[in-house]
Amino acid sequence: MIKQRITSLGRSTLDTFESLGRATIFLFQASVGIPGKEGFHLWLRQMHFIGVMSLAIVLVSGLFIGMVLGLQGYTILVDFGAEDALGQMVSLSLLRELAPVVAALLFAGRAGSALTAEIGLMKATEQLSSMEMIGVDPLRRVVAPRLWAGFVSLPLLTIGFSVVGIWGGYLVGVDWLGVNEGSYWSNMQASVSFIDDVGNGLIKALVFALVVTWIAVFQGYDLVPTSEGISRATTRTVVYSSLAVLGLDFVLTTLMFGEL
Amino acid sequence: MKRSKTMELGVGLFMLAGILGLVFLGLSVSGLNNGLSSTSFSLKADFADIGGLKKGSRVTMAGVQIGKVTSVELDQEWFDARVTMELNGELEGQLSEDTTAAILTSGLLGEQYIGLTVGGAPDTLEDGDVIHDTQKALVLEELIQQFVSNMVNN
Repeated sequence: MIKQRITSLGRSTLDTFESLGRATIFLFQASVGIPGKEGFHLWLRQMHFIGVMSLAIVLVSGLFIGMVLGLQGYTILVDFGAEDALGQMVSLSLLRELAPVVAALLFAGRAGSALTAEIGLMKATEQLSSMEMIGVDPLRRVVAPRLWAGFVSLPLLTIGFSVVGIWGGYLVGVDWLGVNEGSYWSNMQASVSFIDDVGNGLIKALVFALVVTWIAVFQGYDLVPTSEGISRATTRTVVYSSLAVLGLDFVLTTLMFGEL
Repeated sequence: MKRSKTMELGVGLFMLAGILGLVFLGLSVSGLNNGLSSTSFSLKADFADIGGLKKGSRVTMAGVQIGKVTSVELDQEWFDARVTMELNGELEGQLSEDTTAAILTSGLLGEQYIGLTVGGAPDTLEDGDVIHDTQKALVLEELIQQFVSNMVNN
């Protein structure tokens, strides 16, 4: 009885490490190598689907989050007579935390799940094995453009999120609630450092981009090729990438801002 | 083919928007070129206490920004703070030698910055000169302490 439990624990541990190893090898095989002109066109097509089509949801969310930050920040800061620091509060919260994290979560839901389902269906209908059969490497043809497109798109989406969010905070704080326009911008400029805040936010976005697209593409490539397998893998993509983003965010924040 | 062209245009616009956004974050949000012209000159000033002054803090004259603080270090000889600031190049040779520097606070809780006030001496400050007449930062605790001790004495 006890021996069985220990055996099953050992099996699940080995399974986990095996799939981690497969995922790492998969990432290297897919991303290493110089793409030709054909590869560039495939990448462009994926950029359109993953990046451009995600723009609307990311920008609208950014606007609303910026507006909520402006409103909430104002009601708290006005008690201390410090509503002039609103620009600083909105911009720092967006640049350091909210933009990378929320954009990555939206990206996992919008693009990650679609990637898993698409590649999973290709696998289930044996398109991937047919490609291998005719001598086309599916890692290079299907996976690599999607990985690179995700890796490039999410940082750009994060920048858009921050810009729109800061503008949303401005809309609510300055236009509606009457914070002084000059102090909104000058307090922001005095406290935001390009390298420490904008730069570290971008590093976060790059890490999240890699993790989210990697998880999405690998789950699609590694799933059980049945309709149930596809649905499970799609769920796993969203759950795993959300958890990974939130967990990694804590780790990155302690490294960047925690003064450890 | 036509579809592919619109797609290329969309992706191109997307990349462009991202780069423009980064430029906006750099210039407007983090204030990378804070109204500084291309030429600049540096001045030093020794303060007894700089409070919360940091690298990158504003340097103003009559409220107008004319430069920023480039370094803050401890003077090992006199044990006071040696602040180096970079000022607008047009002002080189225009500030009188007895210019005073004070550390001011914008608002009650705002950030601290340096305010320069010109004097009347005929000689002027050049690149690398030191401002001697300085006023240290207002530290709230000291102010309260003074107030309380005055109250007790009265």
